[in-house]
Amino acid sequence: MSATSARPHASQPSGGAFILKKALVSAAAALVLFSLMIGARTEAGPEGSLIYWTRFGDLAAIVATVFGGSIIIELLRQWWGPVDTDRVIPKPLQAATSFVGRWLAPALLAFTLFVPVIFYNQRYILDLAILVLTYVMLGWGLNVVVGLAGLLDLGYVAFYAVGAYSYALLATNFDLSFWVCLPLAGILAACWGVMLGFPVLRLRGDYLAIVTLAFGEIIRLVIINWQDLTGGPNGVSGIPRPTVFGIPLDNSDDGLAAKLGIEFSPTHRLVFLFYLILAMALITNWVTIRLRRLPIGRAWEALREDEVACRALGINTTTTKLTAFATGAMFGGLAGAFFATRQGFISPESFTFQESALVLAIVVLGGMGSQLGVALAALAMIGGFELFRGLDQYRMLVFGMAMVLLMIWRPRGLIGHRAPTVFLERQQAISSDLVKEGHG
Amino acid sequence: MDYFAQQLINGLVLGSIYGLIAIGYTMVYGIVGMINFAHGDIFMIGGFIALISFLVLVSLGLTAIPVILLIVLLVSMAITALYGWTIERIAYRPLRHSFRLAPMLSAIGMSFVLTNFSQVSQGARVKPVPPIITGGYTLHEGAEGFAVQLSNIQILVVLATIVVLALFTWLVSRTRLGRDMRACEQDQTMAALLGVDVDRTISMTFVIGAALAAVAGMMYLLYYGLVDFFMGFVAGIKAFTAAVLGGIGSLPGAMLGGLAIGLIETFWSAYFSVEYKDVAAFSILIVVLIFMPTGLLGRPEIEKV
Repeated sequence: MSATSARPHASQPSGGAFILKKALVSAAAALVLFSLMIGARTEAGPEGSLIYWTRFGDLAAIVATVFGGSIIIELLRQWWGPVDTDRVIPKPLQAATSFVGRWLAPALLAFTLFVPVIFYNQRYILDLAILVLTYVMLGWGLNVVVGLAGLLDLGYVAFYAVGAYSYALLATNFDLSFWVCLPLAGILAACWGVMLGFPVLRLRGDYLAIVTLAFGEIIRLVIINWQDLTGGPNGVSGIPRPTVFGIPLDNSDDGLAAKLGIEFSPTHRLVFLFYLILAMALITNWVTIRLRRLPIGRAWEALREDEVACRALGINTTTTKLTAFATGAMFGGLAGAFFATRQGFISPESFTFQESALVLAIVVLGGMGSQLGVALAALAMIGGFELFRGLDQYRMLVFGMAMVLLMIWRPRGLIGHRAPTVFLERQQAISSDLVKEGHG
Repeated sequence: MDYFAQQLINGLVLGSIYGLIAIGYTMVYGIVGMINFAHGDIFMIGGFIALISFLVLVSLGLTAIPVILLIVLLVSMAITALYGWTIERIAYRPLRHSFRLAPMLSAIGMSFVLTNFSQVSQGARVKPVPPIITGGYTLHEGAEGFAVQLSNIQILVVLATIVVLALFTWLVSRTRLGRDMRACEQDQTMAALLGVDVDRTISMTFVIGAALAAVAGMMYLLYYGLVDFFMGFVAGIKAFTAAVLGGIGSLPGAMLGGLAIGLIETFWSAYFSVEYKDVAAFSILIVVLIFMPTGLLGRPEIEKV
């Protein structure tokens, strides 16, 4: 696993003829690729049989776009040079980046604290902020499994679903309050994490990916089909709203507004939900940061770097993996419980593979193991995703393309933070008798 | 007994389709070491291209069904293969030397692109086609009026699978390209040093995998009489499960895993509940992996220290 890619770029040809040839090849490929998929549109006709009509205009437009686009990309590439050369960053810029790096997290946190104050009257922004924070929490939770322990989990949404359904079913069937259900949802999700952990213990790498994916699908399919318990595809509705430790947030006489003697506004609930998820996310972050400094966190990082060496050092990989799964799952479950109380309604549609991929993309894009990076990636991904809400069916298309392009552009994430937490403070000179290369 | 025989036939037919898709996963995994998450969607695109080219050929006035099917097969294999090539070029090649998760996420992104591309361009509704190949044989007339039947389309699916597999085995074991592929599977750097064009070999792996997925897509269209934009995801994870069950990286394993998943699914639906057939398939995968961590025919992983 080499850190830098070693692609040969020296023999990259250039010149007008080369660009033109490349663009023509791209355009020809596009013509064949889209000839049938775009050039013809099928639909069930009036008698039930399929009919089709042609769209050669659209096809021509797409081929022309590909032709023009590949010329532009090729020109940009030649102007910009190879993407992965080590460009020397000037000293003032370096200082500025490190300054920003040091102050960005506190500034962002301070801004987040004041979001409900600044955007008090803009419901949409508050809703979006709550959504982003939910994904920040999910990202930080999955970060424990993927970023710290290096275990690839493609079914993280299963724990989110377990948390959401635990809260929904406990609250609707037994009238338990949010504050009782929240820890229960976390514990139940953690138990499922351990259950998933067991079969996974002997597997590595990509086998792990398929087992977690299969596990996520099993949970979703059981939720859909176990109609008596979960309501099947119809989901669970009428999930109670959260209360401020027993005081409901409505316009009744017992409500918070009446008790405080202020005028009732539905925004109060949004603000409360905002601070609730912010607190939950910050607890996730704090616990993760603390755990990283404990032996168990260091064992996770060691496991990520090299499992064989880890075992050779006497670290119990079984417990290490299980605790990573359980911790990650617990945060997923807590976020799920929050999701259920925010929506008031949950259905299996919210827990598809797409969600798992989205959270995984946030973690990887953020730079595995970087807490700030995950938060920024959640903001970029969910915010960007919302920008295209008007385009509805094109939204996932753009999202998929963005995922591909971001991976090509920054395969190591926004903030490539993978340095182990523990390292020697200063370099030591070791006698050349001990080490052949001199300095160790 | 008759019921059992009938389910065995159905399971084998379904299993052949899964096996054909699973080979694409296994080949790419064996050579590049990545999971091509977009492969299920390539299968879906293959089905769509078969459907559209079929409609176009019929409207052009062709009537001979075997000729139409042959042209549809070739067109769908060719265009889908180009999809495989383009995807490798755009989304995977720049990430070849990147760390492990990057190509996987890029593949997941590509899968979203393909799913939603076909939804945007062809609409979200299921596209039904009337049965093109009809008729069949009654193998055994049961006592209670239940007859074991083997339809022509089932024969065609199994025959096509056998022919494609035979061609493919020949390609891997007897041709220059196959030798290059096996060399790259062993050690890419060493193969490159010995004069194998690794980039070209990997491209061809994607091309062949996509062409096989196109055959599977066309067979699915003929067998079930429908395609829709979402079928790639479900078929994709089943085929991937099959590849892992058989031991990812192993070609006979992929076919065996495909047949196993097809049979498990069919028998579970026949004797237990249809709703939980996918749960059964995934659970058996997990159980098999607990006892055989590298799948049924997988080689034990060598731990590099």
